[in-house]
Amino acid sequence: MSREHEITLTVNGAAHRVRVPGRRLLSDCLRHDLGLTGTHVGCEHGVCGCCTVLLDGRPVRSCLMLAATADGHEITTVEGLAGPDGMSPVQRAFADCHALQCGFCTPGFLCTVTALLEENPEPTDEEVLEGISGNLCRCTGYQNIVKAVRRAAELKAEES
Amino acid sequence: MTTRLFGEPVRRREDPRLLTGQGRYLDDLGSGAAAAAFVRSPHAHARVRDIDVTAALDVDGLIAIYTWEDLPERVGRPLPLLIPHPALTHGRTAHPLAKEVVRHVGEPVVMVVAADRYLAEDACALIEVDYEPLKPVVGVEDAVQGGHLVHEDVPGNIGARLVQEVPSAAGLGAEELIDSAPHTLSFRLDIERSAATPLEGRGVYARWDGSDLRVYSSTQTSTSVRMAVAAALGLPLTNVEVIAPDVGGGFGVKIVHPWPEEILVPWAAMLLGREIKWTEDRREHFVSSAHERGQVQHVRVGFDDEGRVLGLDVRILHDHGAYTPYGIIVPIVTSTQLLGPYKLGAYRVEFSSVYTNTVQVTPYRGAGRPQGVFCMERTMDKIARYLGKDRTDVRAANFIQPDEFPYDQRMTFQDGRPLIYDSGNYPEMLRLLKELIGWDDFEPAPNRGIGVGCYVEGTGVGPYEGGHVQVTSDGRVHVSTGLTSQGQGHQTVFAQIAATELGVPIERVSVVTGDTRRFGYAVGTFASRAAVMSGNAIALACRKVREKALRIAADALEANPADLEITDGVVHVVGDPTAAVPLSTVAVLSNPLRYAFDDEAAKATQFAGASSPDRPPVAEGDEPGLEGRDYYSPIRSTFAAGMHAAVVETDPLTAEIKVVRYAVVHDCGRLINPMIVEGQIHGGVAQGVGGALYERMVYDPHGQLVNASFMDFLMPYATEIPHIETGHLETPSPLNPLGIKGAGEAGVIPVSAVIASAIEDAEGIEIDRMPISPSELFDLRG
Amino acid sequence: MKPPPFEYHAPRDLGEALDILAGAGAGGKVLAGGQSLIPMLNMRIAAPDHLVDINRLGELSSIDAGPGGVTVGALARHAEVERAAPHPLMVQALRLVAHPVIRNRGTVVGSLVHADPSAELPAVLAVLDGSVRLARRADGPADGVVTRDVPAGAFFTGPMDSAAEPGELAVSAFFPALPPRTGTAFREVARRHGDYALAGVCAVVTLDEDLHISAARVGCVGVGPVPAVVDVTEACERRPAATVAWPRVAAAVRERAEPDGDVHASAAYRLHLVGVLAEQALKDAAREAAG
Repeated sequence: MSREHEITLTVNGAAHRVRVPGRRLLSDCLRHDLGLTGTHVGCEHGVCGCCTVLLDGRPVRSCLMLAATADGHEITTVEGLAGPDGMSPVQRAFADCHALQCGFCTPGFLCTVTALLEENPEPTDEEVLEGISGNLCRCTGYQNIVKAVRRAAELKAEES
Repeated sequence: MTTRLFGEPVRRREDPRLLTGQGRYLDDLGSGAAAAAFVRSPHAHARVRDIDVTAALDVDGLIAIYTWEDLPERVGRPLPLLIPHPALTHGRTAHPLAKEVVRHVGEPVVMVVAADRYLAEDACALIEVDYEPLKPVVGVEDAVQGGHLVHEDVPGNIGARLVQEVPSAAGLGAEELIDSAPHTLSFRLDIERSAATPLEGRGVYARWDGSDLRVYSSTQTSTSVRMAVAAALGLPLTNVEVIAPDVGGGFGVKIVHPWPEEILVPWAAMLLGREIKWTEDRREHFVSSAHERGQVQHVRVGFDDEGRVLGLDVRILHDHGAYTPYGIIVPIVTSTQLLGPYKLGAYRVEFSSVYTNTVQVTPYRGAGRPQGVFCMERTMDKIARYLGKDRTDVRAANFIQPDEFPYDQRMTFQDGRPLIYDSGNYPEMLRLLKELIGWDDFEPAPNRGIGVGCYVEGTGVGPYEGGHVQVTSDGRVHVSTGLTSQGQGHQTVFAQIAATELGVPIERVSVVTGDTRRFGYAVGTFASRAAVMSGNAIALACRKVREKALRIAADALEANPADLEITDGVVHVVGDPTAAVPLSTVAVLSNPLRYAFDDEAAKATQFAGASSPDRPPVAEGDEPGLEGRDYYSPIRSTFAAGMHAAVVETDPLTAEIKVVRYAVVHDCGRLINPMIVEGQIHGGVAQGVGGALYERMVYDPHGQLVNASFMDFLMPYATEIPHIETGHLETPSPLNPLGIKGAGEAGVIPVSAVIASAIEDAEGIEIDRMPISPSELFDLRG
Repeated sequence: MKPPPFEYHAPRDLGEALDILAGAGAGGKVLAGGQSLIPMLNMRIAAPDHLVDINRLGELSSIDAGPGGVTVGALARHAEVERAAPHPLMVQALRLVAHPVIRNRGTVVGSLVHADPSAELPAVLAVLDGSVRLARRADGPADGVVTRDVPAGAFFTGPMDSAAEPGELAVSAFFPALPPRTGTAFREVARRHGDYALAGVCAVVTLDEDLHISAARVGCVGVGPVPAVVDVTEACERRPAATVAWPRVAAAVRERAEPDGDVHASAAYRLHLVGVLAEQALKDAAREAAG
């Protein structure tokens, strides 16, 4: 049996010390060790994007990362996207545009889009598509997700 | 004035929770539960000679290992055949764990329970199963040769054969009319396997407290899972509760029940006295849930100079995989819904439902309709091509006309009821579609084509759904219905219905679905039925509550109930807003309590108020409380319809296929929430595009599914889906109080037909097989 | 789909990493970006005894662009290299590598070592005649480090197979700079945006002062066990791009391709594609070279 490793993850601003086996996936650590079940697991081979979280501000697949590798890093999950005043512009835009149905892929999209708009506040249509091109959604047909990304950009611009 | 919420694009009430990570899907529950995992067959067909678990026993955290031999008789028997049919002469279902023979890659053989999923998988990897490989049967055409058998006692691998014939008005058969028709065509069509693949797989979590069993399942039917689990485990129904938590998509695959895991996980939880959870992983989902779509069709059609179909004869080989737990619903739907918006001279359809050593086939969104529509719409295009006519003119020549409803197709539908279309307006729909896509102005160009496809969809099949509505003394309205939700926005649309019916603000309405603790009788969410069935049931239940509220309020206000209306949660006399009583007070008045536990209750104790000493506090035939329950049970299905068109460009060099425009005109009767209906259409079309251009389940000759991952099963990303333009037509259904028809499956149904039509137009090559990849188009170009 | 058990190591410096790898031998595996390795672990296709996580080796994350070319450290992520844009062909290739989120973690050197014949970066290294630097512990008691530079032509030894030996760590890769008046391009056809290519071609074209093609090479993806590099200078006949006999060039490329068919595309289609894409990529590159 492999050793356990004591690691520190700063998740949504709070530091957590947790003991994990070396093979523990970050997705499982967030969901099952820290109880942050908003990050979903849809394929565990990096294709669907449901498990996307922000690692030091950049979106990554939490199913393609060992928790031990994330030791010492800052992670933002869907639970950390809303601010003290409520849902973030991206979250509100998804609600406004009916950009979710079953909601399973949604946390991954929200994290991806949050980072996309941080880096590029006024993306072109092509950049929006490229930005969300690594996330699968089986319900919406993406049209309203694309719409929501544009709407989120507007909301962010209005509020900044 | 009452705010009318029915028909408005009300924002979804489930979203704030789902957007902030507060959703509760199956694997989010049961944090302390032990984990189950399964050893699954690596062979398509094999005899299990021996199972050696010795090496696995050393795995730390191992709790239990079970094989079929360990199961009690009622747990180990074959799973139920849910929908028997007289034509299904050789229905076969799997045992929860393989008994002696495995019949597809992925069939569960051994169940392992361990402290967590990592350890359970470690143990699975160490269990050695000795298989004697048997000859696999792959592909329907090989299967019907009968050289090797999937089930030893099913000759020719044929589970069912059904012939349905609809003679012409003059009593002539299809074959006769085809033979004597001015023109005839015959051809073969192929549709490959695909699958629902919701992003959340299946999952079951069970806990047993010594007398009661609670099961959470990512299912499309919690009430039926409950009955199946109670029956298999020999428990009284009242001691079993089943809850569908948030479900991350279903699209049909989760209507099948009980899955082996839905029996085994609760059974082991009882036996071990601890919580157990099984969360299906992606690889398992590919090989151990269900697929659909695969059919070979042989078509013969006779038609006149106008393109009117005089006779149509379709022979279908339907691949139903290794087992038939869901009966022959899929080929029945194909055979009946193939007719679309058309009236044919005569029709004969015959299908053989065939066993192969592959994953079982059960309904996936559309449930046989995409295949039927592909058949009929390819037929229409071929007729047009043969006659040199516009493809839409041929379709129009065959349409059922608006004055011909109700229109009897003289067949038996999947619900066993007559196939009678209730309402529709197909010529108008085609006109709208042609306008939307610009059909008449389309400029033909090399490698650019336009295509069209029409369908009719029986929605809202019975037998029934129910609704319960309760107004509590805080003025809140609690709605529950038994069927489940997988993203359809039921908490919003059912609240819209209740708020409209009761005249209350939607904020006061809450909706619970799929929880047998709240509503025990239901069928499930499939066949585009939830809005029609539960929507109407909830409306009927609300009407009961409204009637009672008006009666009680009329007493209180000394008014005639007919003079009352409810606005913003207040009952008042029409034209006199001062003569009013809030529903919260009406709820208090409805319940003559003994105990005054709070201020509201104090108003209702039996000693308060104006109840007459000469009458019992609860009148005969009345009940305490302001609540109502009702059921909606339709005489038959209601028929929605739609027409799609697409413009496709093909690359002359690389043969890449791009859908550049996609237009939909859709009629699902009255719209409860147009935003949600449109979302359903978008999602359906996207699945259709996947099915037409990207997704397929590819088995090799050994019965191995060679693309069992999201790397190789190509579910489209945003970059692959065209922008979808939609138009709505609202032809209310005369069959139900709300005039609605289902919308859930609609989008997916005609897409393969439409895209085939457009590629054919772009390339001048007949497209008779879907899906189609650039590589296949390249091959077709020769 | 959970990784099998393994001993996890998180060395703090290169020496420690090499010590662990030396000790682990054939049972050792290096974890950098993990975007290919972890799926294989989750599917239990890979089952190393020791996993050596080099993510704390900050010294390996450099991207050094010099006059002779670009040296990319083992921890340089695709996205970082894409942003640094040290070499035009690398940028063109990186835009085709999977999706942005994968590129945030995946590393250029990891992609080379993974040696997927359908991947873009191996073809880039091959067409540029770059090399991979492998480091290992020196034999004997001293804690010296031995390195060797393996040219691309020798590095890719088969599908998913490279010249890196057990105990070795690929510490960097070198992508030579382009000569003057040289243009590059990358063309591929994938089933979905971001998927591995069915076939792909990267091209490097150098023009002489009269804008005639003086050198032209392509690196082909997905049409053989390793990236196929084809020098088509001769087939271009020192002509300007506009008058090159492109069918002849395409034929020369197809000659060297040996694609297999699979679930996504037939061998014949891939063979056809590689010619089409070679022509397109070479024309793009020539256009860029003409500036």
